[in-house]
Amino acid sequence: MDYLLLFIGTVLVNNIVLVKFLGLCPLMGVSNNLSAAFGMGLATTFVLTLSALASWIIEHLLLVPLHIEFLRILSFILIIAAVVQFTEAVVRKTSPLLHKNLGVFLPLITTNCAVLGVALLNVREEYSLVQSLVFGMGSALGFSIVMVIFAGLRERIAMASVPATFAGTPVSLVTAGLLSLVFMGFSGMI
Amino acid sequence: MFVATLVLTALGLLLGWLLGLAARVFAVEENPIVNEVEALLPGTQCGQCGFPGCSAAAEAMVEGNAAVNCCPPGGRALTESLAELLNIDLNSLGDAPVPQLATIDETLCTGCTKCYKACPTDAIVGATRQIHAVISKACTGCSKCKDVCPEDCISLNPEPLTLNTWHWTKPEAA
Repeated sequence: MDYLLLFIGTVLVNNIVLVKFLGLCPLMGVSNNLSAAFGMGLATTFVLTLSALASWIIEHLLLVPLHIEFLRILSFILIIAAVVQFTEAVVRKTSPLLHKNLGVFLPLITTNCAVLGVALLNVREEYSLVQSLVFGMGSALGFSIVMVIFAGLRERIAMASVPATFAGTPVSLVTAGLLSLVFMGFSGMI
Repeated sequence: MFVATLVLTALGLLLGWLLGLAARVFAVEENPIVNEVEALLPGTQCGQCGFPGCSAAAEAMVEGNAAVNCCPPGGRALTESLAELLNIDLNSLGDAPVPQLATIDETLCTGCTKCYKACPTDAIVGATRQIHAVISKACTGCSKCKDVCPEDCISLNPEPLTLNTWHWTKPEAA
């Protein structure tokens, strides 16, 4: 039950993108069309879950016993970069079309602050292995949901007649703000 | 300090080894000839050959699904180098589509800059409310400018004959 609460809490109440404001770069960059946003969500989910797991193992089996916690950020970045490289190889093999669509944003998952953020939050909240896994998966799912919702909204906006002052990025930013307000409505639910 | 150095080195080596392994397992077989052909093509993705872009056309050419002379912007020079690369007899090919060049009717052009923004090869020069002109050396005849021109003042014409474009006509069948 605790895990379920943690999961729902991470997906909706403490949504990584709209409440904690991490990972805004792909939110603006890859949300132009729905299928690319979905693919990006999937790829990030894969990376986030794996890196949450791997960073917990590194933290508790390597850094803490050897008292080298000062290497935390460095080693987490190393492990995230490796997981992203691995994901890119897999995506390239399994879906060349998605690989082409995501383009430079796939390797840029490395610098997605949500991924490093989740790994560091896991340490700060002193989560256990299963809890970090649930937290990582929840964050990733929250990220994917927001990506898909936002891409859908932007596809509608592309069809609408927007005043010239707001056309393009401004209206997207306003939309992201409104979406964030909606997600703030979940606060206090758990 | 030695512990930290050792740990990071070991971590880097281990991850590098795993990635090398993954690169081998998930290797994508790419035909090197396709990349060579694609490098020869103009790369403006104009779609005049009937394929969605130059990379798709290159793949089709290597597989033999497209004739090497199907690229109008490339013209005769491209056909010759492709035929040499893919070892195809030039005489076996049918008539090639003639390369086209865009020309702007200066009496109708209003200088709206729409064509100039649409041009994938930057072959149109001009500025707002100035009459635009086409640099014929850079034009690939992709007709993208023709589609966006609100005055309908752009026309596509066959390239004028020069020493580089002229070739012997085929002998008439008896």
